Amino acid sequence: MATDEQLALTRALSGDGGLGVEESTLVSIIGKWRKKPEHISSFRKSFNRLFSITGHIEKCEDDHMQKLVMEFSRFHQITVLWAMHPHERDARWANQVIHKNHPSSILVEIASTRSAEDLLGARRAYQTLFHHSLEEDVAYQVKDSKSKLLVGLVSAYRYEGQKVDNDVAKSEAKALHNALKTAGANKIIEIDEVVRILSTRSKSHLKAVFKYYKELHGKYLEEDLSGDALLQQTVLCLDSPASYFSQVINSAFKEGANHAETEGLSRVMVSRSDVDMEEIKEAYAKLYGAKLADVISKKTRGYFRDSLLSLAGEAKA
Amino acid sequence: MATLSIPNPVPSAIEDAEKLRKAFQGWGTDEKAMIAVLAHRDAAQRKQIKIAYEEQYKEKLLKRIESEISGHFERAVYRWIFDPVERQAIMANIAIKNKVVDFPVIIEIACINSSNELLAVKQVYQSLYKHSLEEDVASHATGDFRKLLFALVGTYRYDGEEINTELAKTEAKILNDAITKGEYNSDEIIRILSTRSKAQLQATFNCYKDAHNLSITKALSTKTPNDFVIALRAAIRCRTTPTKYFEKVLRNILQKSGMDEDALTRVIVMHAEKDLKEIKELFQTRANMTLEQAVAKKTSGDYENFLLALIGN
Repeated sequence: MATDEQLALTRALSGDGGLGVEESTLVSIIGKWRKKPEHISSFRKSFNRLFSITGHIEKCEDDHMQKLVMEFSRFHQITVLWAMHPHERDARWANQVIHKNHPSSILVEIASTRSAEDLLGARRAYQTLFHHSLEEDVAYQVKDSKSKLLVGLVSAYRYEGQKVDNDVAKSEAKALHNALKTAGANKIIEIDEVVRILSTRSKSHLKAVFKYYKELHGKYLEEDLSGDALLQQTVLCLDSPASYFSQVINSAFKEGANHAETEGLSRVMVSRSDVDMEEIKEAYAKLYGAKLADVISKKTRGYFRDSLLSLAGEAKA
Repeated sequence: MATLSIPNPVPSAIEDAEKLRKAFQGWGTDEKAMIAVLAHRDAAQRKQIKIAYEEQYKEKLLKRIESEISGHFERAVYRWIFDPVERQAIMANIAIKNKVVDFPVIIEIACINSSNELLAVKQVYQSLYKHSLEEDVASHATGDFRKLLFALVGTYRYDGEEINTELAKTEAKILNDAITKGEYNSDEIIRILSTRSKAQLQATFNCYKDAHNLSITKALSTKTPNDFVIALRAAIRCRTTPTKYFEKVLRNILQKSGMDEDALTRVIVMHAEKDLKEIKELFQTRANMTLEQAVAKKTSGDYENFLLALIGN
């Protein structure tokens, strides 16, 4: 039977699936168990996610040691990201997609949710850091069906005004519908008209296109794009970034979330804290029926938790 | 260097506005007086004249000019008056709204400007037309031209000097593979041409020439004239040897039969305050006559006088 302290220590070391470590608990228990090695020996026996009895010792498991490194470094990572220039952040994340095989969805996220000036800024930072343009690296490294869409999205320097030509928006809604219907065996992500409209039109214009699409055809464009996750994500990022970001945050908290998904939490909280965090909190509450601050408090630990709450504009739990 | 010549000392904007006003008044227009002012002022001075004229006479200078003169002369003066950035945005828009997109204009603007110069054109384009240059190019051009023009216009290219020799060799080979198969519209050709930095691209073309004893533009000459290949060659030349490119454009216009005033106007007006001097010098060695002589032979009247004034007469 695990004692209260053992349970607290387990939680503090992220043994319950929470993200981050509870630094204050660790320090306190280290103090309490000084000169009481039987306590910590007993803890090692009880915490078999991290330790397994091998020979006469409870050996530390390698993969759990790796996981601990990760959990301890969440606060470090989020702090460094927070301190960095937003354009450098975006440039580094983009570079990780291209050269470290991080998911393309991150590139779509950056290209579609940043303002025209911020996306341009990220491209400039990319040039400063890597001595290539982002466009040339994406075009060179991405050779599959995603290429057209990704190159188109990262090259965008969209008009940011409100002016929309409703006739053009209607006809482009029809053109999209047509393109999807007649795609046949072809991958919709490679259809020129789809890529053109999504990667060049202003966001105001696109919102009108999406609206007309639903009016004219009875379904949301995203529903008809269900065969292609990246395209669906593109539409969501362009139409309702707050909903998109809520989904990314939520994925980080689910059971068995992988590394990319948990990193998404830090990425979104840092990059959106100064931009649209209020809208994201609203969207999150609508989508998941819970306050973001509450979920953060429950599912994350220590300084990591506190920094997330600060980024969310909330007081400490 | 520019061929534009400005008097020293230069009259004030108010004096110039008055001179123009005088040129418009009475019967007809004093075109010589117009040219004497407008063709000899730089972009900042022309802007001040526009402002002074409007303040003084409560009408827009451009509107007045449009009603006073016409034809090729009017089109040339209209394009000349704007500063280089606004001019290119306007000319891009005209090229796009043409029945068939006037691709040389878009290629020139996309390829000869530095990344930041092209960005400035795009910003002015957006404020003038409430669309991005990219979206208008993409929605008006079709097929292979759309692919090429959009890629050239859309990339914010790296302007650095670094060269990766291995990459240059690899990409020279990729180009050769596509060209040998006659796949001129290949995504790889377009990718390399539109995304690589100028230095890297030049290195790639040098490797190509070393490997095949043929320059890439010669390799792209097909027996049957093909607009798309013409566009590719224009893009290659604009990206690597713009002076030679414009010299050739001028020579084609001025030494062949027929006459394309719009193209002549475009080259002269877009380069008079930039690098027409180098283009002129090269023209003279290639054409065995001065640019002035060639222009005088094929144009006449006020249009001729205006062009000659810009060329440096």
